[in-house]
Amino acid sequence: MVVKVYGPAYASPKRVITCFIEKEIEYEVVDVNVFKEENTTPQFLQLQPFGVLPVIQDGDYTLYESRAITRYYAEKYKSQGTELLGRTMEERGLVEQWLEVEAHNFQPPLYDLVIHVLFDGKRGVTPDQKRIKEDEEKLARVLDVYDQRLSTSKYLAGDSFSLADLSHLPFGHYLVTSLGKEYMIRDRKHVNRWWDDISNRPSWKKVIQLHPPVV
Amino acid sequence: MAAAVKVYGPPLSTAVSRVLACLLEKDVPFQLLPVNMARGEHKKPDYLKIQPFGQVPTFQDESVTLFESRAISRYICDKYANQGNKGLFGTNPLEKASIDQWLEAEGQSFNPPSSVLVFQLAFAPRMKLKQDENLIKQNEAKLAKVLDVYEKRLGESRYLAGDEFTLADLSHLPNGQYLVNATDRGELFLSRKNVERWWGEIASRESWKKSVLLAEMLNVCVSIEMLCLSGRFKGAFFCYSRLLHLMIFFSRVSTVLL
Repeated sequence: MVVKVYGPAYASPKRVITCFIEKEIEYEVVDVNVFKEENTTPQFLQLQPFGVLPVIQDGDYTLYESRAITRYYAEKYKSQGTELLGRTMEERGLVEQWLEVEAHNFQPPLYDLVIHVLFDGKRGVTPDQKRIKEDEEKLARVLDVYDQRLSTSKYLAGDSFSLADLSHLPFGHYLVTSLGKEYMIRDRKHVNRWWDDISNRPSWKKVIQLHPPVV
Repeated sequence: MAAAVKVYGPPLSTAVSRVLACLLEKDVPFQLLPVNMARGEHKKPDYLKIQPFGQVPTFQDESVTLFESRAISRYICDKYANQGNKGLFGTNPLEKASIDQWLEAEGQSFNPPSSVLVFQLAFAPRMKLKQDENLIKQNEAKLAKVLDVYEKRLGESRYLAGDEFTLADLSHLPNGQYLVNATDRGELFLSRKNVERWWGEIASRESWKKSVLLAEMLNVCVSIEMLCLSGRFKGAFFCYSRLLHLMIFFSRVSTVLL
């Protein structure tokens, strides 16, 4: 039985799909249309009670929250594909640290930009320039710290690509494409070098090709 | 002998107390090294060397330095798997995944609105900052929706990830503590039958009670220092006797070096 990933057109599910490709795990997708509110139906809420994406089904087993899903599968399939969780307990600690930084420092302002500019925009909401400026400023401060980190470390958690770097791909992609803020990456020498490296990985290129973003 | 584990940050900080609660659950001795945020110590070059975002806590264990409270907690559960509460992060991969799911839900859905409410309702008045009524209203509505999901889940399950207390439940304690005890929005928890039951159980855990006591004790120490510095020795003496009372309650004080 092949694991099913819900909502491949959206960003967070792409964390899971990229992880599956890196770990050579077979998967299927189930489309969910957020604009048609398919994530708020009683059937969907049975799977994911918060009404957000992704959720996976592996036989009878259901799991949600993209970072919980990727950790679980990266551990389960530790012996195949790319090592995503570090080789020692200390390396793992650093992977977890930068995964949390992504979740609490990088993601929030960027997510707000994506929702407000792209999703609300598509629904016809007038953009609030003050909100957009504040989000950009918050993100800029975070990227300054990233630039400092990446000036002495090839990847966020150390010498090897890990789940921490991977987790930045889906929303980072919005930043350099439909949000039109590529300069935030390009203007920072080390962030630029890192972004080029991780976004050119075959796994990520395949994800974008197979499951193009919806906005 | 000084404990190998060091935690930097004020125990008043919700992220710091998350780590302390985890260390206490796992019976790991630690030193708590205060960082005076009112004096901007967290933004000074010395601190930024160990935590470049200028946030608390930072954690050191022998040669390992880590930040982000949930990453630190995961690391503690990994390294000290065989001591203290052994089931805190599950005893097999499926249990661990379920706990991780709820830990992520806490971080992604519960934490953002509850943090705003804690800051606006508990901290802003103390810091003499103006409260943002709109922000409070918005985040109350967001948190209410999240707690409705919790209410349903906790009607089917004793704790969030199953029958046992885990890291997922623990992660809610810091923000929950302020909401229920230091704001007038406690009824967000207490008006929901299952959430109230769950909150009562997790907040009465020994590790959490000790964490709260530790924060109170350090607060009193700071008051003593300030009162002595301004010559108000009578007030300092009353604070000192309060400190002695608190220490009597804190039975394992020998494991904590201040």
